[in-house]
Amino acid sequence: MNAMQPPPKLKKLSLKERYAHLTRELGWKTTYQPMDKVFPYAEYEGIKIHDWDAWEDPFRLTMDAYWKYQAEKERKLYAVIDSFAQNNGHLNITDARYVNALKLFLTGVSPLEYSAHRGYAHVGRHFVGAGPRIACQMQAIDELRHAQTQLHTMSHYNKFFDGLHDSRHMHDRVWYLSVPKSFFEDACSAGPFEYLTAISFSFEYVLTNLLFVPFMSGAAFNGDMATVTFGFSAQSDEARHMTLGLEIIKFMLEQDEANVPIVQRWIDKWFWRGYRLLALVAMMMDYMLPKRIMSWDEAWEMYFEQAGDALFNDLSRYGIRKPKYFEVASKEKHRLSHEVWATFYNYTQATAFHTWLPSEEEMKWLSAKYPDTFDRLYRPRFECWRAMEEKGNRYYNPTLPQLCVTCQIPMIFTEPDDPTTTCFRATEYKGERYHFCSDGCKDIFCYEPEKYVQSWLPVHQIYQGNCGGADLKDVIAWYHINFGVDNFDYTGSPDQKLWDEWQLQRSSNPV
Amino acid sequence: MSKVSITFQNSDDARHLVEAILADNPAATASVMPALTKIDCEGRLSLRRESVEVRVGRRFDLQELHLSLISLAGNVEEDDDTFTLAWHTAAEKSQS
Amino acid sequence: MTVTAIGPYEFKSRDHVDNFHGNRVVYWHWEEHLMFCAAIALMLPPAMPFGEVLGNVLPGCYGMHPEFSQIVWPKVTWMLDSRPFKPDMEAGLAANHVGHKSLLRFWTPGLHGLGGAVV
Repeated sequence: MNAMQPPPKLKKLSLKERYAHLTRELGWKTTYQPMDKVFPYAEYEGIKIHDWDAWEDPFRLTMDAYWKYQAEKERKLYAVIDSFAQNNGHLNITDARYVNALKLFLTGVSPLEYSAHRGYAHVGRHFVGAGPRIACQMQAIDELRHAQTQLHTMSHYNKFFDGLHDSRHMHDRVWYLSVPKSFFEDACSAGPFEYLTAISFSFEYVLTNLLFVPFMSGAAFNGDMATVTFGFSAQSDEARHMTLGLEIIKFMLEQDEANVPIVQRWIDKWFWRGYRLLALVAMMMDYMLPKRIMSWDEAWEMYFEQAGDALFNDLSRYGIRKPKYFEVASKEKHRLSHEVWATFYNYTQATAFHTWLPSEEEMKWLSAKYPDTFDRLYRPRFECWRAMEEKGNRYYNPTLPQLCVTCQIPMIFTEPDDPTTTCFRATEYKGERYHFCSDGCKDIFCYEPEKYVQSWLPVHQIYQGNCGGADLKDVIAWYHINFGVDNFDYTGSPDQKLWDEWQLQRSSNPV
Repeated sequence: MSKVSITFQNSDDARHLVEAILADNPAATASVMPALTKIDCEGRLSLRRESVEVRVGRRFDLQELHLSLISLAGNVEEDDDTFTLAWHTAAEKSQS
Repeated sequence: MTVTAIGPYEFKSRDHVDNFHGNRVVYWHWEEHLMFCAAIALMLPPAMPFGEVLGNVLPGCYGMHPEFSQIVWPKVTWMLDSRPFKPDMEAGLAANHVGHKSLLRFWTPGLHGLGGAVV
């Protein structure tokens, strides 16, 4: 430890004073146009704000500090990316199967960063108070940075591995990517307060830890220093975004009691939507990391059950309770990743990444982490598929699945109290039937059916003739997935061949 | 049980922050995972500018923590000297 | 109508039956056989006899499962849109009241999936 005394501090404006100058003197009452014309979205959601100046951003970041620290983060990140590329870092990952998690990340998550950029730029324009406007503008810039750094980082993998060549196009078309896409479009097409509750609070505060913390730690554990660095560089912004999420909730709740039921309903809706979206992350953690850090089940306990308890305990003073159906999510924690991985195994002929059966060693890990469910329910499924594979008959589901109208995930989830029976929920609206994977998704539809009757369900779109043709090959081509290269099992894929060659070279030229 | 938490990258910059927090918050515990360290503490936790400055041997702006931060849980209260995370507890409510 | 919007907000359902070229989407689910991860969505002509779906369509969907060929169709238990249902094998789907986006769940007596694990 260094005992040297720091030099005396110069007299300057305090953090609070600097922040006040930035956020209280940049707003004004308009004169030649009425305020409600300038801010047309401020009131229609029913949220009542009496004093915009009561908004306090706890981080109180001013623009000079923001640029300084963001520039520093960029320098650090690009130093790592350069060194990763110069040192052929892709050769040091544990196994090429891992790259498939990055393919999913690039097509499923990075485009959401870009959508978030647009979303925050939009709502940042529409808040009356300068405090939230500035917080949203900074976040919009952060999100754009995340999209860019993720593309840059993964472009290195794109030089060697398949399926990384057209993430933006795929995001708009590929069936499983309609899940993240529709999630974000639902948020962006809501009003500004709902958007912030959806993305800043329910997603960033309550749920993104599960994506960026244990999964990125896993990336490090698997030798992918480039990804872990962009992950943590993004997550360092995320920590600031989380405070915005909590702040907006407290701000709305403190402004008017009438806001409480509206906010509660949004929390219920967006918790469930976000949780369903994270089903992909559950699978990435339990099945796609060759070396694992913690199971989905453990991560859920740490980042939702414990952290969520503390959070909702704190918010209970405003009359806010835990999100509806949180207990269903906890019941599903022992099965979620297995059900989702099995689904992608069913349909790998139509994905831009590879799947595979877990090895015996991996199944041992799964069985140790999921003692109540894995051996009883999921190991037999994998063993049956293993037997088919050994006969040269790798199982692919030849049909198209029924989808949930709200979350757009195939109807794979099982009854909360019975993991052997598929959960079906349905309703009728204007004489037409609609189907859901859960009570959570059904409730969301039933509250705003007009919104979800517009769902662009990939299976129905294929049948309507809007996806390039009727055959699998036509649809795959329309997705820009290279048939026989990007799709199908990892075993026998060009990725595997290349990786095996590298391993051979390495063993013949020992370093 | 209402624990606040803060997670840092396992970087040289963050090492001093972790040390300062553990020294100033006796109830805090650290879990080290690949690439990150998560600190949990019942109720509240503070990072003091002075404690960091003693360790790094130079002036330290608390906002530099943005460079090493990964995640946090708790209400943030920040001024020039202290960065605090806290949950509102029942006891605190009856005091106020 | 509870949607919160800045103006009139009404849209036609994107999956209205009119959009499927005279066909209907019908969902089928073989209970206790979760090798098939979800119910399947088939686009079928409303006049197609129920028995023809079982004899000519479902084998292409489920036929690789070793229990499929053992199904005794007359003994199968059906639910149509959450109600118990007895199909008329000769009649068409429409005549069986199988509508657009109807869900048919079926249980096959004696066949509960491989390895006792609903596979």
